[in-house]
Amino acid sequence: MNKTVYLDNNATTRTDPAVVMAMMPFFSERYGNPSSMHAFGGSIHKEIEDAREKVAALIKADPSEIVFTGSGSESNNHAIFGSIEALGTDSTVITTRVEHPAVLQACRALKEKGVNVIEVGVMSDGTLNIDEYSEALTTPGKKLVSMMWANNETGVIFPIKTALEKARNAGAIFHTDAVQAVGKLSEVDVSKLPVNMLSFSGHKIHAPKGIGVLYIRKGTRVAPFLKGGHQENGRRAGTENVPYIVGLGKAAELAMEELASGENKRIAAMRDKLQEGLIKCPDAIVNGSLKDRLPNTLNISFEYIEGEGILYHLSDAGICASSGSACTSGALEPSHVVRAMGVPFTAVHGSTRFSLSRYNTEEEIDYVLSVVPEVVDRLRALSPFVTS
Amino acid sequence: MWDYTDKVLDHFKNPRNVGKIENPDGVGHVGALACGDALTLMFKLNSEGRIDDVKFQTFGCASAIAASSALTEMIKGLTPDEALKISNKEIADYLGGLPDQKMHCSVMGQEALEAAVHNYRTGETSSFTESEDPVICHCFDVHESEIVRVINDNKLTTVEQVTNFSKAGGACGNCIGDIQKILDRIIAENSPPAAVAERPMTQLQKIRKIEEIVDNEIRPALQRDGGDIELIDVRGDDVIVAMRGACIGCASASITLSTLVEAKLREFVSPALRVLAED
Repeated sequence: MNKTVYLDNNATTRTDPAVVMAMMPFFSERYGNPSSMHAFGGSIHKEIEDAREKVAALIKADPSEIVFTGSGSESNNHAIFGSIEALGTDSTVITTRVEHPAVLQACRALKEKGVNVIEVGVMSDGTLNIDEYSEALTTPGKKLVSMMWANNETGVIFPIKTALEKARNAGAIFHTDAVQAVGKLSEVDVSKLPVNMLSFSGHKIHAPKGIGVLYIRKGTRVAPFLKGGHQENGRRAGTENVPYIVGLGKAAELAMEELASGENKRIAAMRDKLQEGLIKCPDAIVNGSLKDRLPNTLNISFEYIEGEGILYHLSDAGICASSGSACTSGALEPSHVVRAMGVPFTAVHGSTRFSLSRYNTEEEIDYVLSVVPEVVDRLRALSPFVTS
Repeated sequence: MWDYTDKVLDHFKNPRNVGKIENPDGVGHVGALACGDALTLMFKLNSEGRIDDVKFQTFGCASAIAASSALTEMIKGLTPDEALKISNKEIADYLGGLPDQKMHCSVMGQEALEAAVHNYRTGETSSFTESEDPVICHCFDVHESEIVRVINDNKLTTVEQVTNFSKAGGACGNCIGDIQKILDRIIAENSPPAAVAERPMTQLQKIRKIEEIVDNEIRPALQRDGGDIELIDVRGDDVIVAMRGACIGCASASITLSTLVEAKLREFVSPALRVLAED
């Protein structure tokens, strides 16, 4: 099998060919600047607003609440730094220990500047430690909560509805990094869950890399992130990335169709099949809650072996996955997410993530199931910790 | 992906000498599951005292497996003494090099070999004595002797390099200050004393030295002739002085300035100095 079996969709996704088609005219044909006072450029403005409506519809927002950014990380930085600039550095940021680095590092940078930062822990299945969270909310004064909707490594979903209610009761404003949740969960609906801010990224929903969104609810005070232009209602200066915005509009439209069609059920069925097959390997452990989990994600540890070796052997077989092992990241410590969960130390280094998308097929899952156990056996034969 | 050489990938995919030996002559075990890599190395000697059979088992990344496999190939046929001379750098070179962040994999091979030879000679399983060789990095259980050796063998100069080669300091970071102290000590030990003298003086050091020479060397000489000199200012390498006493109006004052004052200061402080009389 020479084909690539791509099971790393939480890292990035294939740009949908229909998205590429939608973008193409905006490179060398309709290349005008939407701010121009001629029809050639000015007509582009309408295209951006069309895309904004489609993106807003995906999360049930008002189009005026959508800010296009350069990435999910930029959206997270904008939300956190912009809120604290508006609230003042005498406020408290409540976040969790398993956030994406774009959130964790932003919070730690604020901590250096004297902002009170509380990192709430998680349970052993990766779900939120709700008691710790409630305790953090009793901190007096102005508060910002920044909590991911779903975890990129384990797929574990946080109880955003409950967390939001508690935050509102405590007078805190609420930001959620929904990069892994948008397009995968129909519950991501700001008309029903009135978060103040929500970040997501294009390339996780089959748009290209380099485009993100920050939803800012009307009335939420957030300082602009890039200053020096009127674009995006003065919130993000810089000539609009027209082809990517148009592409994201198309991708949002497709994601809505996918959510309505029940495609996620098909993806979940494939994921479950993969899980059932892989858990038959001796000493395999699924990391993260089986109940509150994204439909496309499986994080599984193979004890006594190390993730980098697994990924290299899988790569030779054409299979793309990822790992929370230390060696794969260049760091010497394994992923902060599996460590925060307290995954047994025999298993943290062999944690492997498979994340699916609409492009995967059942045949691919069968192929992966025929390869992985052999790779695990090969590496176990080398391991000094396997006694049998 | 890492930029591994073809040789690293070959040894990773087709590791040589995997497994165990019945009744080995020496067994070395380093690393731990919690640390993310570990290696067990065992060998058996032939009647000539040379390593006849060698086997390994490794838990770790692709380069850890490759470095272990390479080491077993390198030591076959050597005596334990000859094998001990292999440095971590030679293991890395055998593989065509390793990425910087992966150099600790070659160090792990060297340490396992050392432990195995120690076990062969003494029957003991650990080659560390805690009292003489304290643990510096508690996260990865790295002893001072290991840090000293990677610094010396690989001519390391920064904490980051020490972390790449030994993993020490790569987790909680609490030992980074201790690693820096060890580095400073070794760098000071290894640099010749002349190099210290050649270090450029700070302006403050220069001024103090000039004052000292003026007071101890120059003024006593002038005072013998009833004259004197006062240090007014030091601007960069320009030393501004004023003649006092009998020197005022003396016809040879300018000669004194260049032959005595400037010559002495250039000799004892810096050849770049220039002495000027106050306007």
